[in-house]
Amino acid sequence: MYFGLSEEQEFFQDNVKKFLADNASIDEIRKIAIGEGQDLQSEIFQGIINLGINALLVPEKYGGLGVGLLHAVAISQALGNGVGPIPFSASYVMAPLAINLGGSEKQKEELLPKIVSNETRFGVGLSEFVGAREDAGLEIKNNKATGRALFVMDAENSDKIILATKAGVLFFIDSKDKNLIANGLTTVDKTRTFQELILDKVDCEILEESSKNIEVVKKVIDAGRIILAADTLGASESMIEKAIAYSKERKQFNRTIGSFQAVKHMCAEMAADLEPCYSLVWQAAHSFDVDSPFESRLLACQAKSHLSEIGKSVSKKATEVHGGMGFTDLLGLHYWFKRIGLNRQILGAPEIVREEAAEIQGFNQ
Amino acid sequence: MDLEFGSEYDEFTKNVQDFCKKYSNAIITNANDKKFEMHDALSGNSNEKTGKVINRSEWQRLLIEKGYFARSIPKEYGGYGGEPDIIKSRIIANEFSKNKVPNAMGGQGIDMLVPTLLEWGTEEQKQKYIKSTLHGETIWCQGYSEPNAGSDLANLQTKGELIDGKWVINGQKIWTSTAQFSQMMFCLIRTEPDASKHAGISFILIPMDTPGIEIRPLVDMTLKAGFNEVFFDDVTVPEENLVAKRGEGWSVANSVLGHERGSLANPNATMNRLNTLINLMKEETIDGRRLIDVPSYRDRLLQVQGKVMAVQAHSLRLLSSKINPNQNVKLGGMIQKLVGTELRHELEGLAIDIMGELGTLYEDDPNVRDGGSWQFTYMYFLGLIIGGGTNQIQKNIISERGLGMPREPKVTVEV
Repeated sequence: MYFGLSEEQEFFQDNVKKFLADNASIDEIRKIAIGEGQDLQSEIFQGIINLGINALLVPEKYGGLGVGLLHAVAISQALGNGVGPIPFSASYVMAPLAINLGGSEKQKEELLPKIVSNETRFGVGLSEFVGAREDAGLEIKNNKATGRALFVMDAENSDKIILATKAGVLFFIDSKDKNLIANGLTTVDKTRTFQELILDKVDCEILEESSKNIEVVKKVIDAGRIILAADTLGASESMIEKAIAYSKERKQFNRTIGSFQAVKHMCAEMAADLEPCYSLVWQAAHSFDVDSPFESRLLACQAKSHLSEIGKSVSKKATEVHGGMGFTDLLGLHYWFKRIGLNRQILGAPEIVREEAAEIQGFNQ
Repeated sequence: MDLEFGSEYDEFTKNVQDFCKKYSNAIITNANDKKFEMHDALSGNSNEKTGKVINRSEWQRLLIEKGYFARSIPKEYGGYGGEPDIIKSRIIANEFSKNKVPNAMGGQGIDMLVPTLLEWGTEEQKQKYIKSTLHGETIWCQGYSEPNAGSDLANLQTKGELIDGKWVINGQKIWTSTAQFSQMMFCLIRTEPDASKHAGISFILIPMDTPGIEIRPLVDMTLKAGFNEVFFDDVTVPEENLVAKRGEGWSVANSVLGHERGSLANPNATMNRLNTLINLMKEETIDGRRLIDVPSYRDRLLQVQGKVMAVQAHSLRLLSSKINPNQNVKLGGMIQKLVGTELRHELEGLAIDIMGELGTLYEDDPNVRDGGSWQFTYMYFLGLIIGGGTNQIQKNIISERGLGMPREPKVTVEV
């Protein structure tokens, strides 16, 4: 019995952390955030791809590493920890899973190796299935998709995009289709991108299994939620570390502020809140990997909503420990604050996800 | 990640399951029921009570015989005499919890004194005390805190002098739970007045029927938890009642205090209480609606469930670190008392909130739900938030020892 990340998973995680520390410092993140770092961003992206994160969830049969979601969770923690300004959750977790679970054999053979070779990068938009807004929605007629999709993840500069109909059927389109209008969304989080897509009879191909089995889209969402929870976990961990380090340096009243109980207790509370979260997120990923559907869906919902709550509270307290400096752009703590804030809202805000968890357990008759 | 215990445990698990089937929802009776009145609610035992009726001492003996309690305590001291096996212990705890089999008796004698004697006691002390304690025949109370030695426990002043080969003890202890039912007390006494604060303390065992002991009940907010003040007026006990050496009492006490902190909020008990709460919410109605159908109540339930699931997963990680010594979860262990007691308090309080007016009923009111255990446990866990090292002291420990933050400077001038 062993509960935790394996040596290999920790090694991979450390590599990503180290890469981000060396190549995506706060100055670089800031440049990217104000839109002056396109080249920088593609360098960082290429570097991360060289580490192999795009191959994680593609089965060996199709040229990938064929590891489980827990491995991706380890990476997601590292990306959250360093507010990695690269696509991951959609392109390299949800997309390969959607194709592997929802595609026909032919589709898998065609699409999955191209994720590994980095010829095709996917964006994913499932908002039409989870929490659709009134003016959004997608319809497919004669293999053409029409409608609007909001909050499509990792879609900027992608090659193809996987979307869902209201009924949960997954299909993909070409990002460069002439009948597609893509508008970048301005969110608080500048480390990742989101788009609104307007489709007018865009050529599309349905992932065949997904039209027969609603479980496909649900599993993709479970995985996405667990990965976002892991991102929040890593980002929260980093904020606590920064708060502690700052409190040991900063002096007031001739003492480091970290020697004041008011500050120490805030740090202890953050640590005590976050520590069980590692276990919850890892267990959720493990449960997804061993495919125990009831347990893993409940764990995915609870990991997403619990990490959203803990992340919210940690990001507030850690900012407060920094005093006025925490509020400034000089320290850039707000990149973590905003990343955690965005993770909370995507693929179901906590109340929505908890309501789903209640339904799974048959609480609402 | 590997959550399987391995096929070598299959047969053991099956044996435990067979035993559990036989004793599901068993009713354990006590010579003195009063002191165990709320035991079931606190430890998350089932309140269905439809199974076999067994006397507590017999139950303890049966569990030892099967190896489901006192598992790794040597046979010569009344234990089962098995090899320590964390996985087996976990299987026993899980199956008992799942099958609603009442837990073995706990308490300060079993949870704290027995491990202390095993580590520090003389052969005579082990022979004399461990067996009857395990059987639930000798009940112990703990004499640590004093009116001026709470969070600053090492400041304790109860004095012991060795006169003609006997310890003569004078002073006062407080927060002594179950003193009125106990045969024995294990006690921290200042025996070396000239030594430094921590080095002047000894660990001494005191029979509660010794002349000069006066017990005054200290009624707490639950009206039933049973704290006491204990006064010592020239209380005289034999020299051999000293455990370890003179002046080693602080080390002796600290070696088992960590154990108490972890055991204050067992995640299995918390999960069982959550399930009891879910049942309550499905059964109780307000304005014709089941409580669980009220969206705001349901959301609060789900929030608590998320925390309970996190703490349960966390206990697996802690278990794993005991089996795999390379796994470092030092910080993870330190947070247990803080997180566990706050969570239980929140969970029990939620039950009260959602019952509305009914939630205020207590004791033997004819309309009270679940025997008044929600109010009792809600208050009791506030006591535990304060006791066993207040949660503020826990935060000092977490931040200083876990996060490496600086200690508060010592005040050198009297204010």
